[in-house]
Amino acid sequence: MLELLRLRDDEPTDEPAVTLDSFLDQSNAASVRIEAGDDVRLLFPVLDRVRLVEIDFPKFRDGRGFSSARLLREAGYKGEIKATGDVLVDLIFFMRRCGFDSFAPDKPFDPEDAEAALNRWPHVYQHAADEWVPIWELRHGGRS
Amino acid sequence: MRILTGNDLKTGAVIWWTGQDWSIHVEDAGDVGDQANADAILAREDAARRVNGGYAIDAEKDADGKVRPAHIKDRIRALGPTVRPDLTLKPADPNAGNWVI
Amino acid sequence: MYRYDQYDQAMVDARVEEFRDQTRRRIEGKMTDDQFKPLRLKNGLYLQLHAYMLRVAVPYGTMNSKQMRKLAHIARTYDRGYGHFTTRQNIQYHWIKLEEAPDILAELATVQMHAIQTSGESIRNISADHYAGAAADEIMDPRPWAETLRQMTTFHPEFSYLPRKFKFAVIASEADRAALRWHDCALRIVKNDAGEVGFEVFAGGGMGRTPFIAYRIREFLPQEQIFSYIQAILRVWNRHARRDNIHKQRMKILVHELGEEEFTRQVEEEFQHFLTLKTDFPMAEYERIAAYFAPPPFETGLPEEIDRSDPDFALWVDRQTAEHKAPGYSIVTISLKPAGGIPGDITAEQMDLVADLAERYSFDDVRSTHTQSLVLPHVRKVDLYEVWKALDAAGLGTANLDLVTDIIVCPGLDYCSLANARSIPVAQKIADRFADLDRQLDLGELKIKISGCINACGHHHAGHIGILGVDRKGKENYQLLLGGSGAEDTSQAKITGPGFDEDGVVDAVERAIERYREIREPGERFLDTYNRVGMEGFKEAIYA
Repeated sequence: MLELLRLRDDEPTDEPAVTLDSFLDQSNAASVRIEAGDDVRLLFPVLDRVRLVEIDFPKFRDGRGFSSARLLREAGYKGEIKATGDVLVDLIFFMRRCGFDSFAPDKPFDPEDAEAALNRWPHVYQHAADEWVPIWELRHGGRS
Repeated sequence: MRILTGNDLKTGAVIWWTGQDWSIHVEDAGDVGDQANADAILAREDAARRVNGGYAIDAEKDADGKVRPAHIKDRIRALGPTVRPDLTLKPADPNAGNWVI
Repeated sequence: MYRYDQYDQAMVDARVEEFRDQTRRRIEGKMTDDQFKPLRLKNGLYLQLHAYMLRVAVPYGTMNSKQMRKLAHIARTYDRGYGHFTTRQNIQYHWIKLEEAPDILAELATVQMHAIQTSGESIRNISADHYAGAAADEIMDPRPWAETLRQMTTFHPEFSYLPRKFKFAVIASEADRAALRWHDCALRIVKNDAGEVGFEVFAGGGMGRTPFIAYRIREFLPQEQIFSYIQAILRVWNRHARRDNIHKQRMKILVHELGEEEFTRQVEEEFQHFLTLKTDFPMAEYERIAAYFAPPPFETGLPEEIDRSDPDFALWVDRQTAEHKAPGYSIVTISLKPAGGIPGDITAEQMDLVADLAERYSFDDVRSTHTQSLVLPHVRKVDLYEVWKALDAAGLGTANLDLVTDIIVCPGLDYCSLANARSIPVAQKIADRFADLDRQLDLGELKIKISGCINACGHHHAGHIGILGVDRKGKENYQLLLGGSGAEDTSQAKITGPGFDEDGVVDAVERAIERYREIREPGERFLDTYNRVGMEGFKEAIYA
């Protein structure tokens, strides 16, 4: 069973994540924890300091983390975004599309389920925070 | 009396705890006594996937000694839609609708 | 109508496999019900009073005969011989087994249908004008945009786990046949002074426990920017809605709490940001989709005259047909509100007949309406008599469109685990009380809408007369409301006063209607009289 699924090649940071408030106060932290209700945009001025953002899912169907991750990627953040808490394996495809690249679920994943979930969709309908070319673009070639 | 009900996981059929097993007939429902006992049975049966979404309800024995759930919703569950007698568990019984209401 | 290409088909097929896998894991016990429930809801599968209920999507209410025949087949093979059309143009089956649901979805996929996002906290079916492509008053067919929006909002990675459900509607006329402003986000296609096509955008509507009518957030949005705009709306709501109280999570609550001005400001700010991301679909994609909705090859030189010598047929023509934009054609409404029947229900045999009629007489096009009936949008006037005879023989020939017996009603406590009271028997008793056709015609347009609980699936807030079933100390009780509308004169119905039992509310409805007859002025519908005299003009008569 997978307690951590990491889709990055680089070395993970071993620094524990601090709260958003603490992170903004400290100048030497590099890992920050975003709760579901936190405003991730507060990190934008200091993104170059961040190596790891943990985004928590208090309940797997609380979808605020999807927006938080995608906002970080839109702001240019290239570091690790880790989903923590009640992370349901069926959602990891969408999570990866929104910018998550690691998963530390409270209930470990069945590796077969994780593999199936990551490879579930042959196409995507929309642009997101990843590199997938959406269906409309495949139909026409060339971005608007 | 307190009885247990829920739905069959695979078919969705309404089921009632008899004391040993689950039946689709409310007449077979048995008194489970207090809530602690009810919770224990539900937890075990849910974990074994012999019931989905089980819960305990009040019921009484009517004049004929038959089990009758206290709330109309569960009586509708026991019988079927009042507006389609042909789709209920007792399509030939002209009094079935009255039993619900 | 739209046809899937290999990409659309691949996505629907992948969804079937995903659900098959999820169902297997649930049945094998690898998933709890807490985990499985949101996933099955995203495939329209509820656990209801008697069995599982499957809600199949009918995107913007449009089907062809092949699809209708498949819906009939599903009713026969997997259900109990019938289906139910809903107030969001979808179809529901009430006797489904979980273990068969993946096979049902697989069968639907073979005719380009699905149950994707028809329930749960998702972006739901996009509803549209059921007269689209046929009405004379639309500036264009709204369905190409409805289909484009459908693709934009299907499997959206950021907006699949929303605070609550989210409902869109799209129309392209001044007349509102889609209850536009009762939606979370509604779009009216318009042209600006320069002749450019865009959207008048409304936000924050919804029924349920706390009804709100959507406000206009944007007078004109250029059409090519719609995806950026709706993502902005969704993101503001997704981030800021409450997540602690299921009754306070719809977007209408956030709009109300922030105020329209602040909500608009946040959306416009996020919209500017989304524009920089360049996620909008190009107009070439819209045009590709629009090509599927090109008008059918209407014949010209068709006769306009209808032989009215059969009085039953004449009556049906007067009630059930509407003016078509093409000369010689009619828009036909097939009533699913027969006397003694269940509103919105249709048997498998009836579905097969409707499929045949659509294929033969309506360019293979049939619609579902939010008032729980069906429409054949393009029938030649010369064919009306044959169509009527076939419908009438099948119990589908009731002539009561928008009359007092054309009642909208949710399944209620007879079927639904959320309900507090039975709603169908109330509808049946009212329809029976007013069965006399002369009486119905005298009353004219009178829209009664009945919900069995506060979730308002029967749209009672938008009824000229609305009825809400409640639980009062363990007994079914009914509140009466007056003055709602789901048309362009959108308004929210108001409660009359204390509630009634089942027979009592039927009597109260009759007293309200008799009061209307007493005081109406020439040409006034019930709603018009109510708007003129207010609740004060009715209350005394109702509680006499």
